[in-house]
Amino acid sequence: MGEFFTLSVLVATAASAIRLATPYLLASLGETVGQRSGVLNLGVDGVMLLSAFFSYWTVLETGNLWLAVLVGLVVGLVMGFLYGVITVFLNATQGISGIGIFIFGLGLSDLLFRQLVGTPKPVRRLPNVDIPLLSDIPHLGEALFQRNLLTYLAFLLVPVTALLLTRTTFGLNIRSVGDNPQAADSLGVSVERTRFVAILIGNSMAGLAGAALVLQLGIFQPNLTQGLGFIAVALVYFGAWRPIGVMGGALLYGFVNATVLQWKALGIIPVSGSDLANMAPAVLTILALIVVARRVHAPSALTKPFTRH
Amino acid sequence: MIKGVLGALVPLLAALVAFAFGAMMLVTLGASPLAGLDAMLDGAFGSSSRIAATAVKATPLILVGAGITIAFRTSVINIGGEGQIIAGALLSTVVALSFPNLPAFILVPLVLLSGAVGGGILGAVPGALKAYASVNEILSTIMLNLVMVQFMNFLLRGPLIDPFELEAGTRIPQTQRLSDNATLPTLLDGTRLHIGVPVAICAAVGAYLILWRTPTGFRLRAVGYSPEAARAAGISVKRNITLAMTLSGSLGGIAGAILVFGSEGQRMVTDGSAAGFTGSAGFNGIVAALFGGLHPLWTIPSAMLFGALLTGATQLQRVLQVPAALAVALNGIIVIFVISSTPVRGWLQRSLANSGMFNRSSDTAGMD
Amino acid sequence: MKRQWRLGPAVLVILGALALVGTACGDDDAPASGSGEGGALRVAIVAPSASDDLAFSQSMVDAVHAIERDVELSVTDGTFIIEDAAAAIRGYAEDGNDVVIAHGTQFGASLIEIAPAFPDVTFMWGTASDTQGLANVFAYHPAADEGGYVNGSIAAALTKTGVIGVVGPIEAGDAVAYINGFKAGALAGGASEVNVTYTGSFGDVALAAEAAEAHLANDVDVLTGTAQMVVGAVGVAADAGVPWFGTQANQTSLAPSLVVASQVYHWEVVLEEMLTLRDSGVLGGQAFEVNLANGGLVIEFNDAYELPAGVRDAADAMIEGITNGTVSTG
Repeated sequence: MGEFFTLSVLVATAASAIRLATPYLLASLGETVGQRSGVLNLGVDGVMLLSAFFSYWTVLETGNLWLAVLVGLVVGLVMGFLYGVITVFLNATQGISGIGIFIFGLGLSDLLFRQLVGTPKPVRRLPNVDIPLLSDIPHLGEALFQRNLLTYLAFLLVPVTALLLTRTTFGLNIRSVGDNPQAADSLGVSVERTRFVAILIGNSMAGLAGAALVLQLGIFQPNLTQGLGFIAVALVYFGAWRPIGVMGGALLYGFVNATVLQWKALGIIPVSGSDLANMAPAVLTILALIVVARRVHAPSALTKPFTRH
Repeated sequence: MIKGVLGALVPLLAALVAFAFGAMMLVTLGASPLAGLDAMLDGAFGSSSRIAATAVKATPLILVGAGITIAFRTSVINIGGEGQIIAGALLSTVVALSFPNLPAFILVPLVLLSGAVGGGILGAVPGALKAYASVNEILSTIMLNLVMVQFMNFLLRGPLIDPFELEAGTRIPQTQRLSDNATLPTLLDGTRLHIGVPVAICAAVGAYLILWRTPTGFRLRAVGYSPEAARAAGISVKRNITLAMTLSGSLGGIAGAILVFGSEGQRMVTDGSAAGFTGSAGFNGIVAALFGGLHPLWTIPSAMLFGALLTGATQLQRVLQVPAALAVALNGIIVIFVISSTPVRGWLQRSLANSGMFNRSSDTAGMD
Repeated sequence: MKRQWRLGPAVLVILGALALVGTACGDDDAPASGSGEGGALRVAIVAPSASDDLAFSQSMVDAVHAIERDVELSVTDGTFIIEDAAAAIRGYAEDGNDVVIAHGTQFGASLIEIAPAFPDVTFMWGTASDTQGLANVFAYHPAADEGGYVNGSIAAALTKTGVIGVVGPIEAGDAVAYINGFKAGALAGGASEVNVTYTGSFGDVALAAEAAEAHLANDVDVLTGTAQMVVGAVGVAADAGVPWFGTQANQTSLAPSLVVASQVYHWEVVLEEMLTLRDSGVLGGQAFEVNLANGGLVIEFNDAYELPAGVRDAADAMIEGITNGTVSTG
């Protein structure tokens, strides 16, 4: 156990945690925006898989990482458009249409990968970018400020999303449409348009999350996300629909996973305890929520399709 | 009458459009769409053993779906089907390992019952957490799914592992062959149709009866409709939420037991993932339930249809040698199209009625 | 909610229509005839992961392509759902394939029911070392510990810090054999520590990558791993300039300058033996092992990786030693 508490190991664990947390954070923030407007999107995982594949393929074909990030964003946008049409204009049941998108994304990304790529080929990974000055802080700097640009973006989006939701008119519209769409409608706010834009934002961020995942790894595989998108949805509830809470959840998840891996590498967790240790992130997330039990206010219109009465 | 025909027609059209997409995908892969359709139909319904396989595939979907209807009608969203299936499977396996010599007519119901108990526990936990600790059930059920997978791996690689594996050193994470007395009896020789199928159908009927023919069900639905009104009427919201999740979970647990004791190998095996054992029934069951309009009885044909899609797809893959992923993508497209078509139907019906084309007083009377 | 109630009857209509059409144009239950046109051997593989995953499943597909016979091959890959795999195995048997390869340890339980139902079909099951008493089932498994031992000893020769890291999926099957062999070989070769992490998943690439990072934080300067998620770990190794040892397939393409060697499974060696037995009427009942001695396991070195003087010779000597039994893999 002593070896774990050496600074270099702790720093490495923190860096690992932040890397792991990045895709969760991006996807979860996006889902938060969508859910605040009253829309549940269970298809995040499928969107992430599609954007991950296309991002990967872009790097494979062009070698351009930033183009790949853009492609990931665009794929998210396109899927968001699709989901927006289904949910807002066709008023389809959100849970099921989301799962449909998940299944579709899972299958299509797998299929495209097999047909267009085949054997996994590694690509360039996102380079670490040191933030001047801050990255020179001993230890902490190494952990926090020598990460890649998408990680910085993810954490930057936390206050941005919070500000968007609380300090802008659009954010106010989102929240009112999520809490009381009838009232919002009578006040002249277009419920459909607000939700549609919220969905576009949410899915674009899911697209970024997929790009982040695949570009951090530098390789794609069928079902790369392994359920990450669903956990991201769960983290929205953990964070009580607030970006800062969501960030806390993503970090908690990342840290527990990183710590478990480090303890396994150090032998602190013996091989026989491996499976039980793997439960840790999920168990701790539930425990954390019980401990921090608070009256949580969900958007009242969440999952309810809006029909003008 | 026109509306009734439309009612059935639009989803059918949607499915056809979805299949058209699938046909396009097949063509780009160099396969013939007609051969594909033929393969799918053949795989799902081509012979009595295939129909039996479709029914068997649909069984966990019926059970999970029926459970979902109970939960959703109480306004609780249970995404924990995967974990509940695993929990039921594990408990029933333990029971079969503990009492292998009980006669079949006791052991078979016993394992099914233990499945229900196992799944019920895994439903009760998030239910109670929601009711008494305000922990959102989507979060707790997703997390518990993850926990159960690891727990299953732990048990099947450790305490429950086949002793033979330990001797041989191969460490396959599976139990020993379970007692033959626990094997689900086959109903039709030459097929794999086992009593799990009627059990599932009875469970769905039971769910319907509970929800609409008992005071308990009434209370559950009341809570689902309006917790405040229910509370004002003296109904315990907390108890009923917990009850709904427990019932929902227990149905999933029965599905888990059926998966083990209806399997070819008569063992519980894992490949390390949840879907490897459950076949994603925990998620597909949600789709089946929603296709059935959250009504337990309609969940039965919905699940059968989904089961047909799944068995048909495996035949498609095998015969045409296209990647299995195509079938997965196709399933997703079908789900999206069909679920999007329901509002289209409503819109279509309304605009037809408004257009005055079918202006008979009896039509407008039944308007939605 | 009310809207969806009408979906129910629609579903019933669709179901009924499909069922009618399906039964009408369905083929009957009689299995198709045996060997295909021109006497080609009809072989089917059912595998749990992608057939081009540079790991387990690929090794078998490559092997079938490598055998010197006229083969008509069908593949169902990515079937990690065990019941679906059982259905595929059964389906291929019904379709009249001569040989069905159940390439997944977890598929074995189903064979007990399926194999007796198709006595003329040869089933091959791996990785397994026991045929479960079935007359038409051959079992095959790799002596993965042998190649692991060789890889480990080379790794020990390469490490400067003395600490070597291993990333594994779940402690089961050939993963365990490889890793235990590797560890023994490395320790015997002079490494001071071999740290093993089992991530708990065969598919979680991100977790494998971070497991490798965790090793690197502990002064690890040589890495190895097994299973298809390992591509994540290789990427990390490549960026850190850390040499990598592969198994199951030749993983040089994943990191052309840093993969030292891979233990490649050449199943065709035992496939030929099994098929020869089948030709003589023995459809199963024997277990086979691929190892260094029979050429079923080959340590394929990456020519682009320059080994220090003497290391290659030592490795070759080690292989010799294992082959003729003078070296034990512990």
